[in-house]
Amino acid sequence: MNGANTSAVVIAANPVSQQATPAIRGRQQSHWHDRIAHGLLVLVCLGLAAFLLMPVLTILVKSVQDKDGVYVGLHQFVTYMSTPALHQSVLNTLFMATTVTVLVIPAAFLFAYGLTRSMMPAKPLFRTLSLIPILAPSLLAAISFVQWFGNQGVLKGMLGGMTIYGPLGMVLSEFYGVFPHALMIIITALTMADARLYEVAASLGTSRLRRFFTITLPGAKYGLISAALVVFTYTVNDFGVPKVIGGNFNVLSIDVYKLVIGQQDFNKGAVVSLLLLMPALVAFIIDIIIRRKLQSQLSARAVAFVPKKRRLFDSLMFAYCALICLFMIAVLGMAIYTSFIKLWPYDLSLSLRHYYFGLVEGGILESYFNSIRLACWVVVCGIVLVFGSAYLTEKTRGMDGVRPIIRLLAILPMGVPGLVLGLGYILFFNHPGNPLNFMYHTMAILVVSTVIHYYTSSHLTAVTALKAIDNEFESVSASLKVPFYKTFFRVTVPVCLPAILDIGRYLFVNAMTTISAVVFLYSPDTTLASVAILNLEEAGDIGPAAAMATLIVLTSTTVCLLYALITRVLLLKTQGWRRQT
Amino acid sequence: MDQQANYLALKGITKSFGNFSALRDINLNISKGEFVCFLGPSGCGKTTLLRIIAGLEAQDCGQIVQGGKDVSWLPPIKRDYGIVFQSYALFPNLTIADNVAYGLVNRRQPKAAIAARVQELLTLAGLPTSGKKYPGQLSGGQQQRIALARALATSPGLLLLDEPLSALDALERVRLRSEIRQLQQRLGVTTIMVTHDQEEALTMADRIVVMNHGVIEQVGTPQEVYLQPRSPFVASFVGKVNVLRGTTLGAGRFRFGSLEFGCDSELGNLPPGHPVKIYLRPEDFVARDVDSRTEHNAMAEVRKIEFLGAFSYLSVALEGMEDQPVTMSMSLNLLKEFGLQVGSRRRFGLLPERIRVFDDRAVAGAV
Repeated sequence: MNGANTSAVVIAANPVSQQATPAIRGRQQSHWHDRIAHGLLVLVCLGLAAFLLMPVLTILVKSVQDKDGVYVGLHQFVTYMSTPALHQSVLNTLFMATTVTVLVIPAAFLFAYGLTRSMMPAKPLFRTLSLIPILAPSLLAAISFVQWFGNQGVLKGMLGGMTIYGPLGMVLSEFYGVFPHALMIIITALTMADARLYEVAASLGTSRLRRFFTITLPGAKYGLISAALVVFTYTVNDFGVPKVIGGNFNVLSIDVYKLVIGQQDFNKGAVVSLLLLMPALVAFIIDIIIRRKLQSQLSARAVAFVPKKRRLFDSLMFAYCALICLFMIAVLGMAIYTSFIKLWPYDLSLSLRHYYFGLVEGGILESYFNSIRLACWVVVCGIVLVFGSAYLTEKTRGMDGVRPIIRLLAILPMGVPGLVLGLGYILFFNHPGNPLNFMYHTMAILVVSTVIHYYTSSHLTAVTALKAIDNEFESVSASLKVPFYKTFFRVTVPVCLPAILDIGRYLFVNAMTTISAVVFLYSPDTTLASVAILNLEEAGDIGPAAAMATLIVLTSTTVCLLYALITRVLLLKTQGWRRQT
Repeated sequence: MDQQANYLALKGITKSFGNFSALRDINLNISKGEFVCFLGPSGCGKTTLLRIIAGLEAQDCGQIVQGGKDVSWLPPIKRDYGIVFQSYALFPNLTIADNVAYGLVNRRQPKAAIAARVQELLTLAGLPTSGKKYPGQLSGGQQQRIALARALATSPGLLLLDEPLSALDALERVRLRSEIRQLQQRLGVTTIMVTHDQEEALTMADRIVVMNHGVIEQVGTPQEVYLQPRSPFVASFVGKVNVLRGTTLGAGRFRFGSLEFGCDSELGNLPPGHPVKIYLRPEDFVARDVDSRTEHNAMAEVRKIEFLGAFSYLSVALEGMEDQPVTMSMSLNLLKEFGLQVGSRRRFGLLPERIRVFDDRAVAGAV
């Protein structure tokens, strides 16, 4: 055998020529386009630091100082902890939050289950009605329950001697206010279900009940936990409801309000607000981790679940959802009714006197216009700030050190209760040495605090929208020598327009109804509608308070309808490209 | 002249992400008008290298010279290239014509000139009447043609294609493969395409750069890479291959099973009995006129037949190496002619010039 005439070459080692080349180290030059983005990124970072981080840190500092600014360590904590009233407040707060969570989560889950897993009629209507509470300040529910069950309430007899003022009224009002928040999260979790899992289970002869416990519930697990955390934090932090209907049932949020507004004791207020901040931060961190898991579930390629008709189940679900919606309407309806009757419960004839004499003549209507002014500013500034910074962090190049800081600061507001943020603003901006002191008691500070307060949700909406569009748009436009900002305005903004409008609506509605952060920050010239309700109610003017609440609901509803109209008509007209896929 | 041969020169490109070394000392010259494919498994660094050439990533060190100009540290916007991505990256809210014109508008040319250029490019892309449509109305293959037209609109000196065909279905992929190649040859634009699909690389490229673990394993024409792989990795990554255990016999001769053969390999100097790996492709065997065509032949038994249509893969146990059956390919006609079935016995030969021998340890290192 020869066969030695082969051309087989054998090379065992790495074939790359190993000739030494000069190692030219360096950094890529940044174009002036990039530098614009870098400058803006730094600006965003500084802005978030000044209007979020610094105020919160100021609270920390104040909590370890006495009134004269002398460092006293944990002394104030110790004294405050030893007061029996505080113990009661803490227990009450925990009791309230736990009760509301335990009630709302199953109720919202059942409602969401009906919406997503049954073929009952009127699903869109139910969905819309269940979201009513979002349109109103939390005070509205409390006022309405007082009208229903209060000392002169229509249904007072039903309580059998119990009083609505206290835990009962608070639980009902908080249930009403927080229900849609929990519902939306749970609906999302249930919508993500993969129909194929159910098909496989059914083909294996799995019973309906077992399918529910092995597929539905585990699938919605993270959504349920996330919703529970939201409900818990919402209840702990709300102070409108306990203020109106809490009676002598003291909770921490009321303590902060009383200490700051009543006694002007900022240092003690700082101590109590830290007690509010801590559970909120913990819940927030758990929530962030869970949301991440939720996201990873979402990315799987799932086949959407389509429910089948089942007469009995559908009827039961219909009955339940109708009951909940009836509850929603009854609460809102009573508030609206109250605003139109002369004098509860003696003269039930309809009139506009609460609107005219109560609001217009009383000079209180101005606060309603202030609220609208605030909401408009919040929408404009919020969209520019939130969407702009989300774009800069997600889509531009360079300055990689700043991005994680902005991302962190952007999700932090969700963990900071409004009362804490508001108190932080007073302490930080009212300080005479602060160069931003001029902002104190202006509309500007209300706008900024509201934008920051509702930053996280808007930020997440913007990031989701930005992540959904192709990551290479910026690379393509750079290769075509088009500056990034042109592509931003020509492509990114139009493509993300639905998300931008969504952010706008969210910010507007919240700016109209918010009370927690702004209650510390308004001045006589910038009273807001929600604050006016609080003051009217305190003065016993239930009629005008209900009238103001009705105006807020009316305005929010109008904006939501406008939003629906714009997204339907305008988007379909200008964004024909969307339909053609 | 040198500029012609070295239109794009990469010198010592190195890049790591944290502890992960993505590219190690990459040196490569690409001539003007050449179509080069970066081929390798995912994570081999081919896309990173393309993005470094585009300036979308910055290398840790190393030099890039394009058209005689050092572009090593220039931002992407100052470099001269057009790029096409796997995801098409067409702007969904702009019409096809606006997409193609996107880079032209920025150059402040008269409107009529832009419109004419857009029409020219749409014709080039084979979609002359689609200008008013939106990307969502086109098929994947059509969208990728538009992305290509957009990248070529400004007549860049370099065209970068990042797995442009991977998102398409099988038929469109094959069709677009030849279209891109024809277009590239017509325009004479220097092109680099990243792909993990060896068939794509073999059919389209002038030269293939096979990469693995952040280094270049081999640079060569498709024929060279396929027929003369310079490393076990290249041999097994490009095409199907049998890897057989063998030993050295000394004096340039090797043995596996009952077969002995010689080849001029540096491994020939190893002492007898040294373990080696022998690489044979399924088509390196002959079944017809065995005796007259090759001295290297052996009786064998067909163990399995995998029918694939025009040809089949036969799993065959050669005499003396029943423990490691080889896979050989055979056309349907031949299979019928010989009447081969599972259990049939027949003499097969192998073409010695195709045999590749690698040191056992080097093989272990490559995998």
